[in-house]
Order: sequence, then C-alpha cells, then structure tokens
Amino acid sequence: MALAAEPGISGNKLAVVNLTREFNFKHRKITAIQGISLEVKEGEFVTILGPSGCGKSTLLRIIAGLTEASSGQVYKDGRLIQGPGRDRGMVFQSYTLFPWLTVRQNIEFGLNLKRVEADRRHEIVNHYLDIIGLTAFADAFPKSLSGGMKQRVAIARALANDPDILLMDEPFGALDAQTRLVMQELLLKIWEETRKTILFVTHDVEEAIFLGDTVYIMTARPGRLKARIPVPLSRPRSFEIKNSRVFLELKTSILEQIREESLKAATMMPAGCD
Amino acid sequence: MRKYLKLNAPIPGKLYFILSVSAFALLLLLWQLGVTVGHLPPSHLPPPGAVARAAVALATDGLIGDIGISFFRVTTGFLLAAAIGVPLGILMGSLKVAEAFFEPLLAFFRYMPASAFIPLTIIWLSIFEAQKIGVVFIGIFFQLVLMIMDVTQNVPQDLIDTAYTLGARPLEVFRRVLLPAALPGIMDTLRVTLGWAWTYVIVAELVAANSGLGFLIMNAGRQLSTPDMFVGILTIGVLGIICDMAFKALNRLLFPWLEREV
Ligand SMILES: Nc1ncnc2c1ncn2[C@@H]1O[C@H](COP(=O)(O)OP(=O)(O)OP(=O)(O)O)[C@@H](O)[C@H]1O
Ligand SMILES: [Mg+2]
Repeated sequence: MALAAEPGISGNKLAVVNLTREFNFKHRKITAIQGISLEVKEGEFVTILGPSGCGKSTLLRIIAGLTEASSGQVYKDGRLIQGPGRDRGMVFQSYTLFPWLTVRQNIEFGLNLKRVEADRRHEIVNHYLDIIGLTAFADAFPKSLSGGMKQRVAIARALANDPDILLMDEPFGALDAQTRLVMQELLLKIWEETRKTILFVTHDVEEAIFLGDTVYIMTARPGRLKARIPVPLSRPRSFEIKNSRVFLELKTSILEQIREESLKAATMMPAGCD
Repeated sequence: MRKYLKLNAPIPGKLYFILSVSAFALLLLLWQLGVTVGHLPPSHLPPPGAVARAAVALATDGLIGDIGISFFRVTTGFLLAAAIGVPLGILMGSLKVAEAFFEPLLAFFRYMPASAFIPLTIIWLSIFEAQKIGVVFIGIFFQLVLMIMDVTQNVPQDLIDTAYTLGARPLEVFRRVLLPAALPGIMDTLRVTLGWAWTYVIVAELVAANSGLGFLIMNAGRQLSTPDMFVGILTIGVLGIICDMAFKALNRLLFPWLEREV
C-alpha cells in the first residue's frame, strides 16, 4: 500500500507508482505495461517514447482514469486518481471531435458542462480559436476540416477546459511531416503561454526531444521504463534547434537505445511473448 | 467516360438523376415490347395503357380509401414499434445488463416469421384494425430493437471517453454524446423498418381484411382482373419510394454535419 507520505507522491504534480496492467486476450494474459513508476513536476513537459504496442496508450488511459490498472496507483497533487475527471484533459490518437458540433461548440463542450456563463465562454473560445488560427472556421463542422485542423481543435477543446494536466496520445501521429512540424511549434508556443503540465506520447524520436523537458523511453511489450533522459535544450525552441549538435547527439543516443526495443517489437507475436 | 467508372467515386447529381429515370423508362419500354412484340397474353401481362386506365378508374372507386387505410395501419404499427423499440434498443446498446436480459429473448422471437403469427393474431385480436397493426408490429419490432442496439453500440468509444475527460458525468455523456452520435443510425434504421412495415401490412391484408391495398390485390385476383392487381402492386411501390425519399430528405435536413450524404 503506497502512502501519500511516500516521497514523490506529494510535491509532484503527478506520481505514477508501480503501475501494471494486464489484458485477457484469447484466454491468455497479455501484460501491456509492467511496474511503471514516474514523477512529473508542475509545468513539466514530459514525452514518452516507445515502439508500437508497448502500452503507451494504456498508460495514458490509466492516468486519465479511463482504464483501470491491474495494480499500482496514480496520484495527482498527492491524491489517488479513481476515475476520469476534467482536471486531466486528453487529446486522442484518433480524431475525436464531435461531428455534430461546430468547431466553436466543440471547444466550448467542457465549458458548457461547467455551466460557464455565455460571455466568459465566448471569450475563452475566441482566445483559443485565435491561438490555433481557426477563427474563420468557428462555425464549420469537423467534416470540412483537415486532419491537422481537427487535432488543433481537439487541443483547443482540451485546453479551454483548463485542466491541470494535458495528456496527449500521439496527437500528430496521423499527420504528414510538414503539418507535424507546424503542430509541434504551435504546441510549444501554447505551452510557453500556459505552462501546463503535459504528458506527450509519441514514437517519433525527434518529436520527443524537440518538445520535452524529459524524455522517457519505454521497452517493447510488456512496457517498462527503460530510461529517463533530461533534455538540455534551452527554451523557447524553434525548429532550427533540430539541427543543433546537442539535439543530434541526443537523437543518436536515444535511437541506439530504442533500436533494440523496436526490433523486439517487430518480431513479437501479436499475442505477446511475455 | 472513364471518369464515371472509377470505383465508388461521386458523379454529378444530374447524371445520377438521368440514370435513375432511364431505368424506369427502360422497364416501361420492355414491358410495352413484351406486350406488342412478345405477344404475351394480356391476362398475364396487361399493356401499360390498360393498367393506367385501371388506375384512373380505381382512383375514383376506392383506391384512395384503400391507400388511406393501409397507410393508417402501417403508420400505427410502425410508430408503436418505434415508440417502444427505440428507447429499448438504446438502453440495450448502452447497458450490458439490459442487453444480457433482452437480447437473447428478442433474437429468439426474431426468427419466428410474423406471417406465422397471423392465425394467432386473429384469435387474439379478431380481424379488426388491431390485428393488422399487430402483424405489422410483430413483423418489425424485434428487428428494430436489435438494429437500434447495434447502432448504439457502434458509437466510437473514443468519443465517449473524450466526453469523460472533459468532465461529463454518465448521464451527460448519454445525452450529449451517445444520443446525438447514434441519431443518424437510428433514423436510418427507422427508414428501413418502415419499408418492412409495408410488406407486413400487405401480408396481413391478403389473409384477412376487407379493405386496404392487400385486400384490393386479393380481390382483383379473385375476379381475375390483372390490371387492377398491377395497380395495387405498383401503388405499394410508389408509396414505398415516397416514404424512403421523405426520410432521406428529413435526414439531410437533420444531419448537415454527416460526412457522407445519406
Ligand atoms: N482493451 C484491450 N484488450 C486487450 N488487449 C489490449 C487492450 N488494449 C490494449 N491491449 C494490448 O495492450 C498492448 C498495448 O496497447 P496500447 O494500445 O497501449 O499500445 P500503444 O503503445 O499505444 O501502441 P500504438 O503505438 O500502436 O498506439 C497491445 O499489445 C494491445 O494489444
Ligand atoms: Mg496508442
């Protein structure tokens, strides 16, 4: 039993303690993640890097309270997390805008639940529409947006709700290289302004380094934490930094570390060999 | 020409319309040729002209009344089935306990054809309106519930989870996400089942009725009046397609946000 007095649980924005999750798959147990512990400080931008199927989504879903852990706990501000809540916003890997709501209505979804009054609601939505550069599309339905625009709205929707922590599950995974770069810069700009605590999952090494204060590397399934790497790049960052010596060296070293994991993941049977 | 043969690619609306109309025109032409060139006996295949004349004659002699009474039976049975079936289906689709309780039972009833119930409905409900409506109800209710359940279960889990992470409570998720997401599928299910309702009302009227389009066809059959039978059958087709188009127009109006035109 982990006590709230344990070091790391109090004093950190988020503390993940010895988290394990198993799934039943065709009468066999698959361990998606195993014994993951990590701590995130207030305002920290943490990126989590891991090969496909290593349990990145599972980890985020447990922190969001959408999936239950088999064992282990998650604490936010020292309190045990027991279900989903508006204090932990999430941007999903798939497009999840509500298609029957316009861009504006999507962004104000959480504000309506909170019964924020109309004037204030408008102010907040207009602010985020401006940040993501989609003011002209305020009254459009999601069907007329491109993938990048949809994810921008999804980010704005999560932020407008003013969560303590923003969980992002490969939000740019489905976007092309150029759009991805633009989105990364936009996200950094927003982060500089809001200083939200962010947990960002990706399988793109450059993305993980470019965005994060700290990069965690996960092993292939069962997903464990393999390494915790602080990123010594100064802020604010712009895309030129990707050509700097520090960046490239970090990239090489991380690539080496995840190479063996990716190889393991690629040769693994779908039902897992754990 | 090539560009119209791309798989699943859209074509201009005008072309779509022209093609649709030509199919009807072609059918009419083949029919006429069958009579004039093929010399098919009019007792089997009356010429289009004869059917048109029969239609005009019937229009002033009961056809409108028969349409009205069939329409009434269809609508009542359909609305009854929808009023119970839609809420029940949504409940089964969103709560596993409701699914476990109702689904096997309804699936069992679904395999009993409504026509097999007709003698029983006559004993239970006599041969009055309630009996015809009962056959329509039995014919569509079970399918309708199961289809609505399916539609509800197919609402993407990510949309539901998104609502939870934005602070929605279960009832809010239900009202603000599950229902609006399922609505187009529900309307489409209703459109399809309304078509089936027309089939069952005719079955009921063929067996035991003294009014309605089914009765008109049956009666024409007894008098060996093929043109009248044609009028009855074609009327059902026309009514069916009108219902279908009305539903589609309504859906376009209600769901301007859908990716695909319904
Ligand atoms: N609901 C579930 N039922 C059974 N197995 C599951 C379930 N969810 C996840 N898994 C399994 O757990 C493992 C981790 O899945 P997860 O989606 O967390 O991986 P991921 O790192 O997000 O992968 P990707 O990069 O492809 O998104 C996978 O092997 C997956 O098959
Ligand atoms: Mg994932």
